[in-house]
Amino acid sequence: MKEKLLMGNEAIGLGALRAGVGFVAGYPGTPSTEILETVAKYRDAGTYVEWSVNEKAAMEAAAGAAYAGVRTMVTMKQVGLNVASDPLMSLSYIGIKGGMVVVVADDPGPISSQTEQDTRHFAEFAKLPVFDPSSPEEAYQMIGDAFALSEELQTPVLFRPTTRVCHGCVSLPLEEPEKRPAPEGFVKDTSRWVIFPKLTYQNHQKIEARNASLRKTFSEYRFNRLAGSGQKGIATGGVSYAYTKEALQLLGQEPKLLKVGTPHPFPEQLALRFLDGLDEVLVLEELDPVIERELVYLCGKYRLNVIIKGKLTGDMPNAGELSVEIAKMQLSRFLDLPISDESPKEAAPALPVRPPVLCAGCPHRASFYAVKQAKKGRKAVFSGDIGCYTLGNAAPLDMVDTCLCMGAGVTIAQGLHRVEPDAVNFAFIGDSTFFASGLTGVVNAVYNDADIVLIVLDNSTTAMTGHQPHPGTGKTMMGEITRKVSIPKILEGIGVSFVRRVNPLDLQAAKEAVQQAAAVKGVSAVIFESPCVALIKPAEVHTVENTACVGCKKCIRELGCPALVLENGKAKIEPDMCYGCGLCAQVCPVSAIRKRGDRE
Amino acid sequence: MRNILLAGVGGQGTVLASKLLAQAAMEQGKQARTAETIGMAQRGGCVVSHVRIGDGVCSPLIPHGAADVILGFEPAEAVRCLAYLKPDGVVVAAQKAIKPVTATLSGSAYEGTEMLDYLRRHVRQLIEVDGETICGQCGSAKVLNVALLGAAIGSGALELSLEQMEKTLEQRVPAKFLEMNRQALRLGVQSAQQQSK
Repeated sequence: MKEKLLMGNEAIGLGALRAGVGFVAGYPGTPSTEILETVAKYRDAGTYVEWSVNEKAAMEAAAGAAYAGVRTMVTMKQVGLNVASDPLMSLSYIGIKGGMVVVVADDPGPISSQTEQDTRHFAEFAKLPVFDPSSPEEAYQMIGDAFALSEELQTPVLFRPTTRVCHGCVSLPLEEPEKRPAPEGFVKDTSRWVIFPKLTYQNHQKIEARNASLRKTFSEYRFNRLAGSGQKGIATGGVSYAYTKEALQLLGQEPKLLKVGTPHPFPEQLALRFLDGLDEVLVLEELDPVIERELVYLCGKYRLNVIIKGKLTGDMPNAGELSVEIAKMQLSRFLDLPISDESPKEAAPALPVRPPVLCAGCPHRASFYAVKQAKKGRKAVFSGDIGCYTLGNAAPLDMVDTCLCMGAGVTIAQGLHRVEPDAVNFAFIGDSTFFASGLTGVVNAVYNDADIVLIVLDNSTTAMTGHQPHPGTGKTMMGEITRKVSIPKILEGIGVSFVRRVNPLDLQAAKEAVQQAAAVKGVSAVIFESPCVALIKPAEVHTVENTACVGCKKCIRELGCPALVLENGKAKIEPDMCYGCGLCAQVCPVSAIRKRGDRE
Repeated sequence: MRNILLAGVGGQGTVLASKLLAQAAMEQGKQARTAETIGMAQRGGCVVSHVRIGDGVCSPLIPHGAADVILGFEPAEAVRCLAYLKPDGVVVAAQKAIKPVTATLSGSAYEGTEMLDYLRRHVRQLIEVDGETICGQCGSAKVLNVALLGAAIGSGALELSLEQMEKTLEQRVPAKFLEMNRQALRLGVQSAQQQSK
């Protein structure tokens, strides 16, 4: 078959389709998002796919489908598993029938995440097998193995790629899909599907026995490998294997190498063959020292006199991504090779820092600005949330005082209010985040009579992860038009006494709405409705009338729009970047900014 | 093996350019591997794409000192990534600076010229591309990526022919944008050829 250039996430999605997956659910999150999108793009009529409201809903829906005998997949980023951990922990005891692979993408660095948590540890905690692909091509093969194992053992199986596997592309030959039998359907059996303490106790014993036996089985698994020779050994897994191999090539070394593709249950017999005859081991892995701890444990269990070096001994960095450079440096030290100095001869000039910013024309900028203007003169705290709008923390807006996890802004504001009742507590939340986990927080505020102003930033999409539909958009991932779930009606239904919808790009109206909301005691809400600029055609580009501009820089100083620059002491709008949102024209004190067509 | 690093600012089209490169290499029967920046950094932050062509590649990321070519979509971003360049590697750099909002706010003087000067002093083969003029001629600021690809092909350092890239463009670019991209590609090639004379 013809080779295609595929992203790791596409390889995982296509690998799942090849394995005959019939039900896929997930919630968007970098670096996992494209897996589900790939399934939606290439699926046939026999495969159902949905963006669920959050990861917990996705996993539970998939559990239902798996109970009925279908092969299912759930996709999310690492912090999504925290949300789905409730069903996962219980599913581990109950098991499934049709096969369930839970794909959880980890993000060493982190590059786009709140935490550097390690899903391999979650697998240990939940007592579930986990696969850890080291490349997109391996991921394509491994996802099929994960489905087969899940169905054979009737247990959910975790599959953990990391960012560089998810977002790396390779040329890959695709294979023909497996023929799957029709699902049996749900067979009633309360002794199997209803979790009770006694059942949990019985299944706990079975799970421990199964995992002990998997330590042997996995020792023969094709993606757990042993190579090389010598008294010094290297142990690695996941994408760290790729860095390690390349660094060893550069160093011209072939030490004894253990590559772990199933960190839990750990391939014990294979690891023992690796440790046999070694003096020392260096472990190269990202995030937590999972392989390292297993090797330390085995040395204790079998009284092996082998020194295990890694994160626990301070020989490898505890945080952040690995790279070929770090691998090369630490391997050189470990293997007693000369260390080359590669620093440049002349230091580069001071490089401009370039933090990510809200796009030119982004309606969130207008929303933040309106709130900032409206609250002038009162102490106010701005609790933020997860999404593009987290970028509202940057100067000059400086409108995000807290950001913790999905939906937390709404509830953190309530706690702040209890301690400082005189301050105005604003909670910002995006439309997709509102549905995912903001709603319960609002119910909590209404029930407990907290005094907060909820600001919903409704841009009609899940923007940060690349524009996925959600319950408020009226579209599903199956391509169907569906009923839109209305945020204002929800808020009114919950009992929020003041709910106002307003276009944030109308600055005066937006400010007034916020002022009115802030004057209300109890929970009030302003819903800023304006679509993400990536979804719309640019409106008419604006321009600065050079003769009228007095060079006060107010537009630049207060808005921080990337399209606004200073040229010869006056403001200038980069026409290629301007979306024509018109916010700067409303801020300019001398009316020097106009639509390009409106010259006088 | 060829290692090509693309460095720019979110929104400049580095990801598409890296896909075109990998695709063109595959059409010539070579293995290709790329790594991209996706996510938060795409919102006006620094973005880097790694493209690795040929056999024997393990890491998705190019090691330091191993890039044959750096395509700098912005002068400072080219300088930021110089550690990746081979001692005799080629840098193709767009001349126009993109001023970050932080620099505009602080009133800092970043204009990009100091970066170009640094590149001129430290890169054995530097090809500067007047992206503004080329984009103006083609009628869209979005073709900078293809113009840079053209300049890199013109330098000869990619081991990729103009004909091959034109074929790949035909496959990947929507029909209504094809002609402007073809023009940008050729203008890029020309600007490299003029500088090597």
